[in-house]
Amino acid sequence: MSDNSSNNAYWAANMRIILISLAIWALVSFGFGILLRPMLSGIPVGGTDLGFWFAQQGSILVFLAIIFFYAWRMNRLDREHGVDEE
Amino acid sequence: MDQFTINLLFVGASFALYIGIAIWARAGSTSEFYAAGRGVHPVTNGMATAADWMSAASFISMAGLIAFTGYDNSSFLMGWTGGYVLLALLLAPYLRKFGKFTVSEFIGDRFYSQTARIVAVICLIVASVTYVIGQMTGVGVAFGRFLEVSNTLGLLIGAGVVFAYAVFGGMKGVTYTQVAQYCVLITAYTIPAIFISLQLTGNPIPALGLFGEHAASGEPLLTKLDAIVTEIGFKEYTLHHADTFNMVLFTLSLMIGTAGLPHVIMRFFTVPRVADARWSAGWTLVFIALLYLTAPAVGAMARLNITEMMWPNGTNAQAVSIETIENDARYDWMSTWQKTGLLDWEDKNGDGKIQYYNDASETMQAKAAENGWAGNELTKFNRDILVLANPEIANLPGWVIGLVAAGGLAAALSTAAGLLLAISSAVSHDLIKGAINPNISEKGELLSARIAMAVAIVVATYLGLNPPGFAAQTVALAFGLAAASIFPALMMGIFSTRINNTGAVAGMLAGLVVTLLYIFLHKGWFFIPGTNSFTDAEPLLGTIKSTSFGAIGAMVNFAVAYVVAGMTKETPPAIKELVESVRIPRGAGAAHGH
Repeated sequence: MSDNSSNNAYWAANMRIILISLAIWALVSFGFGILLRPMLSGIPVGGTDLGFWFAQQGSILVFLAIIFFYAWRMNRLDREHGVDEE
Repeated sequence: MDQFTINLLFVGASFALYIGIAIWARAGSTSEFYAAGRGVHPVTNGMATAADWMSAASFISMAGLIAFTGYDNSSFLMGWTGGYVLLALLLAPYLRKFGKFTVSEFIGDRFYSQTARIVAVICLIVASVTYVIGQMTGVGVAFGRFLEVSNTLGLLIGAGVVFAYAVFGGMKGVTYTQVAQYCVLITAYTIPAIFISLQLTGNPIPALGLFGEHAASGEPLLTKLDAIVTEIGFKEYTLHHADTFNMVLFTLSLMIGTAGLPHVIMRFFTVPRVADARWSAGWTLVFIALLYLTAPAVGAMARLNITEMMWPNGTNAQAVSIETIENDARYDWMSTWQKTGLLDWEDKNGDGKIQYYNDASETMQAKAAENGWAGNELTKFNRDILVLANPEIANLPGWVIGLVAAGGLAAALSTAAGLLLAISSAVSHDLIKGAINPNISEKGELLSARIAMAVAIVVATYLGLNPPGFAAQTVALAFGLAAASIFPALMMGIFSTRINNTGAVAGMLAGLVVTLLYIFLHKGWFFIPGTNSFTDAEPLLGTIKSTSFGAIGAMVNFAVAYVVAGMTKETPPAIKELVESVRIPRGAGAAHGH
């Protein structure tokens, strides 16, 4: 078992990664897909605009990227802090 | 061979496959019944979870709701995928590390309270049963069409099949069967979409075809669609018309609900390691995305096809004649669907033609007066039939139609079975073994699990006869309930050491009760039609529809838990240690049941 301060540093690093990931998660869906769509209306995508694309496809692709990034990053973080499963 | 025989052949063959797998992998012990011995690879687990997750709502209902509303229903797409981000980042790895079998076990242990565990079980049952009602709606549509019987009879037959099927195996049978079901349902969803995308845009990938060019007119497909639907008085497909606040709340409810649904969370208990729980969520979303990226294309293309069928010579020429509908083979789908009672038309002005337009639009009312139309004559088009009717509408070969039949049933069955399993384990494992009679034998536990399944399916079938909405809308209510009750408790249990037993119980109860009240006020008490005081068109609070209230319920849950925990005794040190250990992957051995 690793000591407490190392565990705290691990948890703080995890929280930072989670917060950044969730900021992107909200930006592409609630942001680009809904609230910021008027701002993106100048960018045409196949007969409509970028906001429509984010709402119907783009956000899903970004969600995938976030989850795989998180899994990869956390598995590395586990090893860095010596808390991975042996 | 006629279409009916082809459908039966496809449905029969796929069923034989699932039942074969279920028998081959029949659950022996209780541990296998619930969690498949924890030997499931992340990719396999992801595929099975995707099948479990993508229900009648995703397969049968969602594209239809998008088709008739357009951009405004993008919430379904973002909501039902975005929840996996929450699940992967906030719940899955920690619950796997905790290493028990059910969601309520975690809540009971973390909040060191038998009451918390029982409250969690109740929340879980309420959400799951609502979810099953939505599934039964979809099952009714699918069986009604493919057995060519009424929707009601289809539902009753479907209920019998779902029950027989779910009782057969436990999680292990279900896991491998669900892999097979995923393969069937994704093939069934994609193949007609590819055909239709090729017909309309020349692009074999529907997701790209959606943003491609409409081959017949040379315009972008979505521009063409916007033009044709506005010509008959409907709103532009691609523009934002709905209330923005409600749309944000609805999307958020679906996301939080996804991460709070017991039958999905349970899946992450079945992977070997914490690291696998993280990957597993990603793989699940990969398999879900394959369908979700295609769905908006299916919706848009079907809307275009239907409108063009009703106005074969353009919206400024004559509408389709009844003679054509009755005699032209390309319109056969209309008569077959009419038999289910879910599609109907009426020649109101007696001109022998069926005018399909938005009779609420003022410009169209003027046009109707000019042309002697007496209102929209395509009087009924149930949104839930769109995906199933789609290959027929596009005039695709008979085997594609049979395949879609098998796919729709796979989607509804796999989810219904997963939910029934979650309900039965909640009752037998958490309620009876955990609280009422801890000394119950393994046999007794399995028996009570099966009785719970039977009761759940009877209730769901009864309520499914008069569903509170289209399949996807009913399912959205279930998500609201899960969002308001389960998700906040799990998240606070992991991310806060401060929330204690009283706080968690108060939070869950507050979230569940306000959300349930809000839903019942709008959809009728216990979903009984006519007992509602408000409608979603004119909701109680501002623009918040009952399907969007889950996000508010979740906030109530968080707030109440926080305030009550602040006023009551602090969490004991042993529980703080438990939370610390859940946060660290090291030491995640095999799970232990008790």
